[in-house]
Amino acid sequence: MPTYQINVNGKQESVEVASDTPVLWVLRDHLNLVGTKFGCGIGQCGACTIHVDGIAMRSCGLTLEMISGKAIRTIEGLSEYGEHPVQQAWKEIDVPQCGYCQAGQIMTASAFLEQNPTPSTEEIKNAMHGNICRCGTYNRIYKAVEKAAKDMN
Amino acid sequence: MATSKKQNFSRRAFMRTSGLAGGGLLIGFNLFHACKEKSNFVPPADLSKLDYQDFNAYIKIAEDGTVTIFAPNPEIGQGVKTAMPMLIAEELDVSWDKVYVQQAKLDTVNYQRQVAGGSQSLRHGWEPLRRTGATAKQMLVNAAAAQWNIDSADCTAKEGVITNNKTKETLGYGDVVNAAAQLPIPEEVTLKKPKDFTIIGTDTPNVDIDEIITGKPLFGVDYKPEGTLFAAMARPPAFGMALEDYNATSVKKMDGVVDVFTIGEKARKLIAAQPNIAEILSTSDKVVILAKSTWQAFKAKKALETKWKEVTPLEDTKEHDDAMLALLDGKEFTTMREDGDVEKAFAEADQIIERTYEAPFLPHNCMEPMNFYAHVTDERVHLVGPIQTPAWKAGAVAAMLDRKPEDVTLEMTRMGGGFGRRLYGDFVLEAAEIADRVRKPVKVVYSREDDMNDGIYRMATKYRIKAGIKEGKITAYHLKEAAINSNMYGLIPNFFPAGAIENYKVDVASHKSNITTGAWRAPYTNFLAYAEQSFFDELAESMNVDRVQLRLDLLKKVNPEADERIQYSPERMIKVIETAVEKSGWGRKDNVYQGFVNYYCHNTHVAEVADVVIEDGIPVIKKVTCVVDCGIVVNPLGALNQIEGGIVDGVGHALYGDFSFKDGKPSASNFDTYRLIRMKEAPIVETHLIQNEIAPTGLGEPTLPPAGGAIANALKAATGNRFYQQPFTKFPELFQPKEKEIIG
Ligand code: FES
Ligand code: FES
Repeated sequence: MPTYQINVNGKQESVEVASDTPVLWVLRDHLNLVGTKFGCGIGQCGACTIHVDGIAMRSCGLTLEMISGKAIRTIEGLSEYGEHPVQQAWKEIDVPQCGYCQAGQIMTASAFLEQNPTPSTEEIKNAMHGNICRCGTYNRIYKAVEKAAKDMN
Repeated sequence: MATSKKQNFSRRAFMRTSGLAGGGLLIGFNLFHACKEKSNFVPPADLSKLDYQDFNAYIKIAEDGTVTIFAPNPEIGQGVKTAMPMLIAEELDVSWDKVYVQQAKLDTVNYQRQVAGGSQSLRHGWEPLRRTGATAKQMLVNAAAAQWNIDSADCTAKEGVITNNKTKETLGYGDVVNAAAQLPIPEEVTLKKPKDFTIIGTDTPNVDIDEIITGKPLFGVDYKPEGTLFAAMARPPAFGMALEDYNATSVKKMDGVVDVFTIGEKARKLIAAQPNIAEILSTSDKVVILAKSTWQAFKAKKALETKWKEVTPLEDTKEHDDAMLALLDGKEFTTMREDGDVEKAFAEADQIIERTYEAPFLPHNCMEPMNFYAHVTDERVHLVGPIQTPAWKAGAVAAMLDRKPEDVTLEMTRMGGGFGRRLYGDFVLEAAEIADRVRKPVKVVYSREDDMNDGIYRMATKYRIKAGIKEGKITAYHLKEAAINSNMYGLIPNFFPAGAIENYKVDVASHKSNITTGAWRAPYTNFLAYAEQSFFDELAESMNVDRVQLRLDLLKKVNPEADERIQYSPERMIKVIETAVEKSGWGRKDNVYQGFVNYYCHNTHVAEVADVVIEDGIPVIKKVTCVVDCGIVVNPLGALNQIEGGIVDGVGHALYGDFSFKDGKPSASNFDTYRLIRMKEAPIVETHLIQNEIAPTGLGEPTLPPAGGAIANALKAATGNRFYQQPFTKFPELFQPKEKEIIG
């Protein structure tokens, strides 16, 4: 099996896996970064969202080849103690119910606000539309993104 | 209160205390009715030896005054891991920021009747948990009083500090814990009056919030100690099929694959002994692929060659539909409730209205796919994962593996959703059977496809409702249910409008299928509420009366005092209805089409108003105003989340939830073919809570059932079209407004 060098949360890691292993499973099973969640495996739910050079991507559809030379950030590396404004907004609004989808929601929201610091209502809804929350916390997700945007400006 | 007479809240918690080896006080307690008084048990002095066989939860009060509550209930998303410790802390009178909550393991031997984490947990824990906190406080006060040589009545305790009312001297809880540990447990304690609550009723964030937002391992799927092997299973591709043969030669050579074998023999033995297990577990062999990582197991499973054979008929949704309609047309019913004489009243009626409402199967689709960890050795059977019925499953595993119940320990993790699916631990039995064979730690992980296609579904259901009207009054009401495999439970026929209509009858019949079915968030009512509330709207239309007034008039006729079976309160229901009229702007909004519903289930009274507007010629569900009477609200922040989630879930499944079978095969297997509601489709939910001092009732479920009815009624107002089948989006033509209707 080939060995890959990857840059995750600012650290250089070396993993030996088959070339078709999705980054999701490299993170979860090989690097033990289990904050990134498995929901569908086919790019439909967003539970596995990570940042690749700052862009939100579905890690279940990425291979190591595709991220070679790029910087990966997972929920564990978004901030040191959870102090990122998006995480803080999530805490203040008390968004989660079961909590399973929320790492993916936070990663989608944080990358989006980097690109668009002053989003409109429609833009927030569009940005978050790809992430399923089975518990139906959409009202609060919306409020938390709106709040984080204000706090970041 | 009129409604509290039938609810028994006076179960006593069983409690013992001990001093801790390193100082401090430990209180072990056992909730609910399943425990026996065993006076010789004492909690261990060493925290690492906490034994959950005798006490299912503990409170530790350290010498520095910090309080750790080992929460008796795991979290499934309903906020009980936060709310239940709040009840203890309230009566213990400590400030919430001094309280730490840790997940307790469950006593799987003595704790037989418990269903963990459900929306009724709070209702059942309401008094025992407060009593536990109050008892602990009393012991601390008694210890302080002894030290001051005064009567306990001359002390007050507040926020972790005890004051000598005579001298104004103070002692912290931490100062007296060691003395308190030596004292007897007080027999009687006084609980606070609701007006004196300082923690109950305050917005309290989820106790796991920091771990969730930073991605810490909390969930079942995150539990995989060093050396764990991962198991994927090839399962029958259709209900009615079983394994005929497989060829693992090439798969065994794949990277990371450790072994390939079948399981099923032990499961069948268990089914032979406990036939009801067959309702949740297929009797077919499954081919297990054991690999070093999840992906390797998934990949090998895809490559495996399997052959399946038909063992029972491969069923179609069409056949189910025909069978259920035939049941509704027929006479073979079980009568669940009968008042007066409906047949006679129909014969005498001026007008009869009859409608049929239909709903499909639904998968649960918990965001965290089913999974479980098992490690079986000669000494013990260790099970870890997300399951709501730990005692039931630990017992089944012991029976299946021929082990003593005490050999089995089951630890629960946080759960990525339940919705009923995690009541059934078919996946626990699978993990145990695999682990028993390989004698290594094993983690079973379902793919989304496994999760959706090997489900225990909400049964497809049809309701036919018939009402007789005479001289402008509803004189007869006959509800018939035809469902796959099982029928509504006994409380439901006594929900509204039972008691409001003189001649009233509820009949049920079921059609046996080999498709596994079970509880799905708010069982039966999740669809019944929509059917009945749509029907009331139609009744009001054909009687030409105000739709809210119709409901109020019916409620005014109900006398729960005269009928033990009726648990809903007409006064509480009227109050939520009137509040909803006021808060939603019912009938007073321009260019907004509204739908009204009220409902009672899980002991909670709810009214909802959906707002639909027409945008670019298409009706859009904008908002749902919701009024809830769930008694005292322990944690409003968490309660509002549950209410919003329930409504979004109800709206989503009524609009999109579509699941059927062809030749035993499910119609969808992942989120590309199965649609769940997403951000842009979710209405804004505005919630109003009724304030009262009645003990708390269920919250995770009650707002879901009426939501489908609220939007159906609003869509009718907007388009002139009535939706008789879920999911509504299956009938796009009904979303086209009829010209004449939208003018008014
Ligand atoms: S797991 Fe990657 S999008 Fe669902
Ligand atoms: S909080 Fe449960 S899936 Fe989003």
